Amino acid sequence: MTADTPQAVLQAPQQSLVLSGDWRAATVPDLARAIAPYPSSQPLTVDLNGVSAWDSRLTAQLLGLERRIAPATLDLIGAEDDQRKLLELARSVPLHVPPQQTRRAVLNLDGLRASLAQLGDGLLDSLAFLGAVLTASAKSLAGRGGMRQRELMSACYLAGPNALGIITLTSVLVGMILAYLGAAQLQQFGAAIYVADLVAVGMLREMGALMTAVVMAGRTGAAYAAQLSTMQGNEEIDAIRTLGINPMEFLVVPRVLALVAMMPLLVIFADALGIFGGAIVAGGMGVTPLQYMSQLNSAVSTDHFVIGLIKAFVFAVLIATAGCRAGMNAGRNSAAVGRATTDAVVTSVIYLIVADAAINILCQQLGY
Amino acid sequence: MSVGDAVISVKDMTMAYGRRVIQRDLTFEVQRGDIFVIMGGSGCGKSSLLKHLLGLLSPASGDIYYGEQSFTRASTLERDRLRQRWGITYQSGGLISAMTLAQNVALPLEQYSDFDARTIRDIVALKLALVGLDGYQTYMPSEISGGMRKRAALARAIALDPDILFFDEPSAGLDPISSRRLDDLILQIKESTGATVVMVTHELPSIFAIANNSIYLDAGTQRLIDRGNPAWLREHSENAVVRQFLNRAGDAHE
Ligand SMILES: Nc1ncnc2c1ncn2[C@@H]1O[C@H](COP(=O)(O)OP(=O)(O)OP(=O)(O)O)[C@@H](O)[C@H]1O
Ligand SMILES: [Mg+2]
Repeated sequence: MTADTPQAVLQAPQQSLVLSGDWRAATVPDLARAIAPYPSSQPLTVDLNGVSAWDSRLTAQLLGLERRIAPATLDLIGAEDDQRKLLELARSVPLHVPPQQTRRAVLNLDGLRASLAQLGDGLLDSLAFLGAVLTASAKSLAGRGGMRQRELMSACYLAGPNALGIITLTSVLVGMILAYLGAAQLQQFGAAIYVADLVAVGMLREMGALMTAVVMAGRTGAAYAAQLSTMQGNEEIDAIRTLGINPMEFLVVPRVLALVAMMPLLVIFADALGIFGGAIVAGGMGVTPLQYMSQLNSAVSTDHFVIGLIKAFVFAVLIATAGCRAGMNAGRNSAAVGRATTDAVVTSVIYLIVADAAINILCQQLGY
Repeated sequence: MSVGDAVISVKDMTMAYGRRVIQRDLTFEVQRGDIFVIMGGSGCGKSSLLKHLLGLLSPASGDIYYGEQSFTRASTLERDRLRQRWGITYQSGGLISAMTLAQNVALPLEQYSDFDARTIRDIVALKLALVGLDGYQTYMPSEISGGMRKRAALARAIALDPDILFFDEPSAGLDPISSRRLDDLILQIKESTGATVVMVTHELPSIFAIANNSIYLDAGTQRLIDRGNPAWLREHSENAVVRQFLNRAGDAHE
C-alpha cells in the first residue's frame, strides 16, 4: 500500500475520523461505513490534514456524513479553504424535507384494493369527462360554443386523409389473414369459394372497425394526449381559460367531432380494402374475381355493414375522449406527456375491447 | 388606504397543492393604478399566487376580492366577465402553439369585441409593433425565439386595453435593451390607460424603475414578510432577506 492510497481510520476514543492519501483515486473509502460501528447523532471530528488531493466525492461524503449525524455537529480539522467553502455553500440552504406522502400500500390486499379503487375512479372520471364532452359538443353543434371551424377542419384532416396510408396497409393484410385462416379449413371440403363470405362478414362486422380503431388509438388518440398535455405544460390551456374560452369547446370538441366524423369513413375504406385483400388470397386458391364478387353479393347483408358502422362510431367516441382526457388531466412537465400518451393508448385499447364484446353480445341477443 | 380604491384585495389566503402548503395567511391590497410587484426567491409561490388571482387555482382558505366582489365564490359567468378586462402573460408565454402570432393576438379581440376583421387586423399590427414584432404576423410561436414569444404574449395581453395586467416574469430572458423597452412600454400603457399592473419579476432595475408597491413572499416561513415601495424597502426593510434581495446581496459576498 503506497502512502497515497486514500484511507479513513476511525479513532474511537476521540470520536474522530482521520483521512489521508489521494482522494481522487478511482475508489475511495465509504465514510458512512467507516463510522458505522459508532452510535449516530454523536458529534464527530474529521481530520483532513493527511489528505493530499480531493474532488467533489469527498465533499459529497462529508455533506452526507453531516446530514446523517445531525443534529450533532461535524468538525473539520485541517480542511483547505476551498473544501470548507464548498461545504458551506452546500449547507447554506437547509435540506428540504418533503411532506409525508401517503404511503403506498405494502400489503397485497391493500394494493389490490387501491388499484381497484383507482380503476373505479378512472371509470367515473371517464364518464364525467364524456358527459362534459357531450354537452360541449351539443353546444358547439348548435353554433353557440367556442369551437372554431379552422380547428375542426385541421383536426379532420389529421384524423382522416392523413391516416389513409397506414389503414390501407393494415386492412389489406387483415383481409388476407382472414382469408388464409379460412382457406386451410374450407379447402378440405372443396368449399374454397366460401372464403368470400368469411372475409366479407369478418371485415364488415368485426375486423374493419376494430383494426381501424386500434390503429387510430395508437395514432390519433396518442397524438391528442400528447398535444393537449404539451399545451398544459406550456400554460396554453391556462391562457385559453383566462381568455374566457372553454378549453373543452375550443380544444376537445373539435378533436372528438373530427374523429367521430372520420372513423366511419375510414372503416368503410378499410372494409373495401380488406375484402380486396381476401380476393387476392382467394385468387391463389383458384377462385376467380368474378366468382368472388358474386359470392360476396349473396353473403353481404346491410346488417353486417351497419353493425360495423355503429362500432366505428362508438370506438371513435371512446378513443377521442380517452386521448383528450389523458391530455387535459396531465401534469405540467415533459414526463407527464409520456405518461399521458401511454395512458391514452392503454385506456382506449381496454375500452375498445370491452365495448366490442358488449356490442357483439348485444347483437347476438337481439338476433342481428 | 381608502378601501374603495382597492382593485384587488386578498384576505387571509392560504395556498396549497394537495396537502403541501405553499404560502399561509396572505393579506394584501392592490390599489387602482398601482404597479404592484410580487417578489420572492425561486419556488416561493409567486406564479402560484398569480394563478390564484387569475382563478386558475382555488385558495385552500381565505378569499380574493375584485372591488367588492368575491372572486372565489363567483360563478364562471361572473369570472369571465371580470376576465374580459384583464390582460395576462404567463411564465412560459402561454401562446397557442397551433396559431400564428396574428391569430394569437386577435384571439381576445374576436372573443370579447365586435370589431370587424379589418379593425382587428389593424389593432393586431399596432400591438405587435408596440412590442417590436410587426411583420411577424404569420409566424408560428415555435418559429420565434423565447424572448420574442414573451413579447408576443405581451402584445396579446394588451390587445383589448385591459384594466388590469398580470405579468409573470415578462422580462426574464430578454436582453437589457428589450427589457428596458418593456419597462417603458408598461409605464406607457399604465399612463395612457390607467391600467393596474400586477407582476412577478426578479429584474431589480425594472422593479426600481416602475414599481410603486410590492410584497415579498418567503419560502422558508411560507409567509408574506414585507410590503411597500421597493425603493423604500431596499433601505428600510426590517427583514435582512428583503434588503439582501433588493440589493442583490447575500452573505457569501460580504
Ligand atoms: N402543479 C403543481 N403541483 C404541485 N406543486 C406545485 C405545482 N406547481 C408548483 N408547485 C410547487 O409550488 C411551489 C411554488 O411554485 P411556483 O411556480 O409558484 O414558484 P415561483 O415562485 O413562481 O418560482 P419561480 O421564480 O422559479 O418561477 C414550488 O415549490 C413548486 O414545487
Ligand atoms: Mg414562477
